[in-house]
Amino acid sequence: MRTAAGVEACLPIRSDMDLVWVRQHVRQAAGLLGFGLVEQTKVVTAASELARNTLVHGGGGQLDTAPVTSGRGTGLRLIFSDEGPGIPDLERALSDGYTSGGGLGMGLGGARRLVHEFAVDSAPGVGTKVTVVSWAAVPRPREEY
Amino acid sequence: MPEHETVGPHGSPSREVGDFLRRRTEQIAQRWADEPLFRTVFTVSRDEAVEAGRIVVEALAQVADTDQVHDPDAAGFTVVREQLARMGAARSRAGFTTAQVSNDVDALRPPVENLLLADLPEEDSDRVRECATALTVLMGTLRLVVLETALSEGQALIERQQLQLMEVATPVIKLWDGIVAVPLIGTLDSARSQVVMETLLEAVVDQHARFAILDITGVPTVDSLVAQHLMKTVAAARLMGAECVVSGIRPAIAQTMVHLGLDLGNVITRASLADALAYTLHKLGAGIVDATPGGAGSR
Amino acid sequence: MSHDFSRPVTGHVPVLRLGDILLVTLQGDLYDSAAQQLQQDIGETIVSTGVTGVVIDISGVEIVDSFLGRVLAEIAANARLLAARTVVSGMRPAVAITLVELGLTLPGLRTALTTEAAMNLLTGVDPDTRSGGLRRESR
Repeated sequence: MRTAAGVEACLPIRSDMDLVWVRQHVRQAAGLLGFGLVEQTKVVTAASELARNTLVHGGGGQLDTAPVTSGRGTGLRLIFSDEGPGIPDLERALSDGYTSGGGLGMGLGGARRLVHEFAVDSAPGVGTKVTVVSWAAVPRPREEY
Repeated sequence: MPEHETVGPHGSPSREVGDFLRRRTEQIAQRWADEPLFRTVFTVSRDEAVEAGRIVVEALAQVADTDQVHDPDAAGFTVVREQLARMGAARSRAGFTTAQVSNDVDALRPPVENLLLADLPEEDSDRVRECATALTVLMGTLRLVVLETALSEGQALIERQQLQLMEVATPVIKLWDGIVAVPLIGTLDSARSQVVMETLLEAVVDQHARFAILDITGVPTVDSLVAQHLMKTVAAARLMGAECVVSGIRPAIAQTMVHLGLDLGNVITRASLADALAYTLHKLGAGIVDATPGGAGSR
Repeated sequence: MSHDFSRPVTGHVPVLRLGDILLVTLQGDLYDSAAQQLQQDIGETIVSTGVTGVVIDISGVEIVDSFLGRVLAEIAANARLLAARTVVSGMRPAVAITLVELGLTLPGLRTALTTEAAMNLLTGVDPDTRSGGLRRESR
C-alpha cells in the first residue's frame, strides 16, 4: 500500500541547486507510488520544467508534493507556487511558444503534455500556482473519440 | 471537527445522525469488530479491528455532517477508501465474491440502527423515521463505495494484464544486423501505441539497430490518431539516432491518407516489408545479389 | 528503475580526448551551472586541442528537460562555429519519448545509438544515415 511517507514533502525552489533536489524527490516519489519508467521520466521532466519556471519567472517559490488516490488508482500531485509577478498572458504561455531557435522554449504547454491533470492559478501581484497530477497507471486512451 | 455541545435534534436528520455517530463511535466500533468483515480481516488483534471501525465511523460521521449521505464521492469517504479497499481485497483473497463482501457491509447496518433507535426519543416518530432513513441511505452509500473500490481494483488488474498481453503481442524481429522490424497488427489505440513505441525503442537499443521498420500491413485503418502515433515513434527513434521506415501502406490506405490530408512528414515509406528491407540494407551498405550463374541482378 | 540517487555533478564532467575526438560523458543529474560550465569548457578545449569532433554520451542521463536540451544544442552550435562536429549518443528510450511529448525535436543535433556509432559517424567510417537537416543521401 502506498503511504504518504517519502512522497509528501515541501521543497524550496530558491536556486538552481534546488532544481536537482526537486527532480530527485519527484523521481523517488513516483518510484514509491509504482510509476512505470516512462511515466516516471515524464513527471520528473515536467517537474523540472515547472520548477525552473518558478525559479526564473516567479522569483523563487516552493513545491508541495502529495500522493492522491481516486478511481484511477494512485497518483502524484505536485503544486508549484510562487509570489512572483504572475503570468501576464496565460493563453500564450499555455500554447506552444516555440522560439525561433527551433523548438526550445515552450512555456507551460510542453509540461502540460507530460502530465495527466494540469491547472494554473495566476494573477499579477499575487503570484502563480501550478497544480499537476500524474497517475501511476497507464491511462485509458483519453484522446480517443 | 466542530464541537457539538448539545445533544438532541438540531439541523437536518443527516446531521443528527452525524452527531449520533460521533457519540457512539466506541460502541459501534466494538460491535463491528465482531462482524465478519472486520473480524476476518483483522485476525491478529481485536483492538486493530476496533480501531479500524472507529476510523470508518468517523468518516461516516463526517459525510453525515455535511449532508452528503447519498454521495459516494463525498470527501469524508476519501480517507477510508484505501482501508475499505484493503478489507475488501482481504475478503476476496479469502475466496469471497464481491456480492458476499457487499453483504458483509450490509451486515454492519443493524447494530448501528439498533443503537440509533435506542438513542432517539420515541415520541417524535417522524424524526425517528427520518433519522433511520438517513442512516440507511448512508450505510447504503458505504456499500457503494466498497463496491467501487472492488471494481477499480478489478479494473486495475485487467489493465495490468492487458498491458502484459500487449507486450507479448508486440514482437520485435531482428531482420539483420542493425535492422529490426515490428509488424503492427490490429487497431492502434493510445495504450497499444505506447507499448509498441516502448518495446520497439528498447529493441533498437538492445540490437544497436540503426533502422526500425514499422510494418502496418495489419492495421485496418490509418486515421489522424494512428498517424500521430506513428509520427511520435518515428520522432523518438530519430532522437535516439535510429531511422524508421514505414512499410505496408496499401493503396487504399494511401488514398485515405491523402484524402484526409495526413502527412507522414519526411518518413521513408515503402509498400512492402520486402521493399523496406531492401532499402535499409542498401543504406547499411549491404545489398541483395542474385547469385545464380548468369543472373547479374542486384536489388 | 533503481531508487539509488546518482550524485549530482558538482565538479567537472569527464572530458576525454581520443585522437581527433572529444568524448564527454554526462552522468546522472547536472546542476544548471555545471551544464553551462561544461559548455564553456568544451569550447575552450576544442580550440586548445584542435579536435574536429565531439561526442556527448548521455546514456547515463535519465532526465533531459528543455534546459539540458538547449545546452546540448548550444554545445553543438558552438562546436560548429569552431569547425567541429558534434554527435549526442546513447539517448534512453524513455528520454526520447518524453522529449517528443515535450515537443523538443532538437533539429540540427546529430545523434547515434552508441559512442562507437557516434565516433564512426565523425570519422566517416560509416555512411551518414541520420536525417535531420544534414542528410546527404538521395532516395
